[in-house]
Amino acid sequence: MTEKITKNLALELYRKMVLCRKFEEKVAELVNKNEIYGTTHEYVGEEAVAVGVCSALRNNDLITSTHRGHGHIISKGGDIRYMFAELLGRVNGCNKGKGGSMHIADPGIGILGANGIVGAGVPIAVGAALTIKIKKMDNVVISFFGDGASNQGVVHEAMNMASIWNLPVIFVCENNQYAVSTSVKYSLKIENISERSKAYGFEGKTIDGMDVLEVYNNTKEIVNKVRSENKPFLLECKTYRYSGHFTAEKILNLNYRTEDEINYYKSKCPILSFSTKILNDGICTKKELDDIDNLVINQIDEAVDFARKSKSPEPSDALKDMYATEYTGIPQKGWI
Amino acid sequence: MRNIYYLKAVSEALFNEMEINPDVVVIGEDVRYSLRGITKGFIDIFGPDRVIDTPISEAGLTGVGTGAALSGLRPVLEFQICEFIFFAFDQLVDQAQKLRYMSGGKLKAPVTYLIASSGARGGMAGQHSDNPYPYLLHSGMKTVMPSTPYDAKGLLVSAIRDDDPVAVFLPVNSLGTKGDVPEEQYTIPLGKGEIKKEGKDITVVSTGHLVKIALETAEELESSGISVEVYDPRTLLPLDRELLFKSVKKTGRVIVFDDSNRTCGFAAEVSAIISEECFTYLKSPVRRITRADVPIPFNAQMESFVLPDKEKLIKVILKNF
Ligand SMILES: Cc1ncc(C[n+]2csc(CCOP(=O)(O)OP(=O)(O)O)c2C)c(N)n1
Ligand SMILES: [Mg+2]
Repeated sequence: MTEKITKNLALELYRKMVLCRKFEEKVAELVNKNEIYGTTHEYVGEEAVAVGVCSALRNNDLITSTHRGHGHIISKGGDIRYMFAELLGRVNGCNKGKGGSMHIADPGIGILGANGIVGAGVPIAVGAALTIKIKKMDNVVISFFGDGASNQGVVHEAMNMASIWNLPVIFVCENNQYAVSTSVKYSLKIENISERSKAYGFEGKTIDGMDVLEVYNNTKEIVNKVRSENKPFLLECKTYRYSGHFTAEKILNLNYRTEDEINYYKSKCPILSFSTKILNDGICTKKELDDIDNLVINQIDEAVDFARKSKSPEPSDALKDMYATEYTGIPQKGWI
Repeated sequence: MRNIYYLKAVSEALFNEMEINPDVVVIGEDVRYSLRGITKGFIDIFGPDRVIDTPISEAGLTGVGTGAALSGLRPVLEFQICEFIFFAFDQLVDQAQKLRYMSGGKLKAPVTYLIASSGARGGMAGQHSDNPYPYLLHSGMKTVMPSTPYDAKGLLVSAIRDDDPVAVFLPVNSLGTKGDVPEEQYTIPLGKGEIKKEGKDITVVSTGHLVKIALETAEELESSGISVEVYDPRTLLPLDRELLFKSVKKTGRVIVFDDSNRTCGFAAEVSAIISEECFTYLKSPVRRITRADVPIPFNAQMESFVLPDKEKLIKVILKNF
């Protein structure tokens, strides 16, 4: 795809990718300092997918996300102040400190939830698409899932249901070629996961997930198609994660990828290649990109500052939010 | 005897069993590179036919384990963390666990579910912190939860050699503890509990990583003149009732200290059988210290609010005197 892009769009795609990257770098730093409790799965290297896809959506389009979800949330318009507050377990975090990294949900901007269970978000997305169909709305649902998730049974069940019911859902497979240590060369006998769409009776396509424009343009086109034809679509984006599976993976020394391989994909960095391209094409100036970098860095510092100054919840808040309709006596606490 | 890590004891038990018995195979996600550390290096020794990585397909791999067990292998399935058994629920409780009974005793499924880390490890929130053994107990599945490296090795060997499905829960907070473990292979029979410390005033029934906390608490309370007996069932099903009742009849006071949910949890079952069988010996009501009936929250203070810990144990013990 070689469509011309406007300067506004180029700068926006660039800004979002840098925001995703710097956000994750800060998160990793805070996890390593134990300021963020637990561990997180960083999205570094895969920014073009979330940014390309979500930039082609409307605010009321819905997404389901994964354990590696920060990039999806940011790209869909998540406020990083409330994300950092969540990651620091604060009361004004997007989920009041109850969910943390793997469970960020923000229905106001169409985020039905990240997920700690691989593959579990895919049928949830199909259910949301069913609502859209039954209520005759015109938004669409995006379900992000990994190459690893593609082998989970519910994912197949969900895709088939989406197909027989003609639902407006786009399954976006982020094929970063590994599920923890397991290479797709081992876990799949086919070259492209998108091939599976044929078996369910809808269309699929595999694209370069390191190229934000390619992801953006394809998503635009597919969203239009899905909206008008009410048919699901399977979009596979080939990508790569630069970091370990989770923050502390390094200390495990699993060595399932070679340095050469990692460096090869680093040389195809989605941010660097995009900025090089828009500079070469004369779409913007170096100064404009530098300004964005600085803006993002400031925004992150402010957000972390905001989170640090936020209040922690009361320990007993742990018993709240369990039910939409409360009854006395439940949930029980663990002692009397 | 050597002082080794719990994780190492588990690894050794499995390794030795695989050496002794060529029918023992390990199947799971990331077992070749060994994300969990139990099967580190196994692939080089036993090869890809016996150290089998699966795609992320828990329902499928659990069924595969059952089929392999029915037909002559003795598979050990590794689940990286305990929530991953949820996808496999039908295969666990409706297939593997029921087949023998429904076949009138004709089918045999010697499969071991090695739940490589169970419980809350800090900051992993709602979907990576459960301790879901009560679901399996409820379905009648043999279940063990070793609290020490010694118990871990002996119980895992018994689980693998047992001709029924056995779930082995390894508490995530025990994996990094150390203890004395013999080099040679040995077994601890299923269904045999252990008094981990003798006492005369109160019995604390404790499970998994809470055994260590109960022992520390017992030591601390010694100086205030309270003598705590610590009972570790080790096997949750079949439960060593005899040893339990003996302890309860001696002390007349019981606290069940268990890190699973409260409603219909393991502690509920233990409390019920004690009040059925030992009622006249009791000097005070049986008390439970369990998790709250909520998913584990992310924030650290909320997390410790809902989990059983030493502070809560001491408070409840003191209340009973
Ligand atoms: C049901 C389930 N099984 C296993 C895991 C452990 N786990 C977390 S992420 C992951 C790999 C997922 O791979 P993929 O879907 O390709 O996503 P990626 O991590 O590459 O983004 C695994 C095995 C899990 N969280 N849920
Ligand atoms: Mg992957």
